[in-house]
Amino acid sequence: MGTSKNSAYAYQIVGGWDRLASLNTWGYPYVTGTSVIGIKYKDGILMTADMGGSYGSTLRYKSVERMKPVGKHSLLGASGEISDFQEILSYLDELILYDNMWDDGNSLGPKEVHNYLTRVMYNRRNKFNPLWNSLVLGGIKNGQKYLGTVNMIGVHFEDNHVATGFGNHLARPILRDEWHENLSFEEGVKLLEKCMRVLLYRDRSAVNKLQIAKITEEGVTLSKPYALKTFWQFSAFQNPTVGAEGSW
Amino acid sequence: MFRNQYDTDVTTWSPQGRLFQVEYAMEAVKQGSAAIGLRSKTHVVLASVNKAQSELSSHQKKIFKVDHHIGVAIAGLTADGRVLSRYMRSECINYSYTYESPLPVGRLVVQLADKAQVCTQRSWKRPYGVGLLVAGLDESGAHLYYNCPSGNYFEYQAFAIGSRSQAAKTYMERRFEGFGVGEEFHILDNETVQGLIDAFEIVGEETPAPEEAAPAADEPAAADQGAPADEGAAPMDI
Repeated sequence: MGTSKNSAYAYQIVGGWDRLASLNTWGYPYVTGTSVIGIKYKDGILMTADMGGSYGSTLRYKSVERMKPVGKHSLLGASGEISDFQEILSYLDELILYDNMWDDGNSLGPKEVHNYLTRVMYNRRNKFNPLWNSLVLGGIKNGQKYLGTVNMIGVHFEDNHVATGFGNHLARPILRDEWHENLSFEEGVKLLEKCMRVLLYRDRSAVNKLQIAKITEEGVTLSKPYALKTFWQFSAFQNPTVGAEGSW
Repeated sequence: MFRNQYDTDVTTWSPQGRLFQVEYAMEAVKQGSAAIGLRSKTHVVLASVNKAQSELSSHQKKIFKVDHHIGVAIAGLTADGRVLSRYMRSECINYSYTYESPLPVGRLVVQLADKAQVCTQRSWKRPYGVGLLVAGLDESGAHLYYNCPSGNYFEYQAFAIGSRSQAAKTYMERRFEGFGVGEEFHILDNETVQGLIDAFEIVGEETPAPEEAAPAADEPAAADQGAPADEGAAPMDI
């Protein structure tokens, strides 16, 4: 290639992640987190993610905190490459620091943080050196609830409920049916646990150790890690290979 | 102010600790035609006296819309003012683009002040010869700031800059307590401004009180006749 360490030139990108990977060392994820789900509820935002960091198909790290508070008003959850999430936290740390240094009574709210992240993600995508994450940014400021998402290609939007990765396919249909305005805290938690249980059964990168975070006007609370009860004694799971002998 | 041996360079201090070039720049503001601003809890208003070079030329533009929520009125070297307005617009739009949110007025004003300060500490530059009244709305309410060529800035309830501004300042000082009583910044057209001026001119006229009953009309009218003599006229210092 003969190019600088993290550059990639447009005419080489034809298709396929392996093509992208060969052009720059960081265009491929190594340690990844799976789904993050966020919902608006009566007092603010509820967000949940499990604590798994997968190394390919190996469930290698099982105490990864994939949700972190940002400033006074926001909470960020990430799926995808964990090291890129840490990089993003470092950028946000600096952003919040400079915001606080103004010391003028103004502060960046969740909407501002979300848009800042969108600019970062989209600009990296344009340079063919993406931060390999799908992010969920939720928060509440002056009574206004905010929940948005942005991913590695810069696609961003806000909604009453968002999810990343497998959560989009398995959790959001549940949320579309069962989410409503002004969920109580208990209802919200139950709903999220229902989604996480489905993901636990069906997403092979999910681990049974999760955290739920809530952000309200008072601030962020991150729960202690806990596990969901599961049930595997369905009769359909007994003798799974019966009827599988022989040819198709 | 007289010429002296410390006033050639902006980077030369006088023995009394003054930077004469900066003070001369502030003098340019005082010589410019007036600009006035005042605010309430929810609104800020800017007004300016726009001179024309000659009978044939157009009137100078001295009020600029910087963003949907910020406007600025200038006095002094209007060319410098235009350049600073362009800088302010640029800062606002960059912030909006990154954060999808309006730039808080207080932060814009600090950036502007820091930019002005640079010109007071470089031997190859000169201070901006313009004073800016920055008016805007943000989360913490309505604000009016004055930015000096010196790089200082102050927040005001009401202020006036430029020639004969003292008259306006004195007038407002007597009344500012009554001011406390997000809308977009827009520049009023001539008809509206003239209409407002006409509405204010009540010296020597009967003030109509259509909503009051006829017998009571005499007393309020008499009181109104007395009041304009004190309240309507501003002291002139020319």
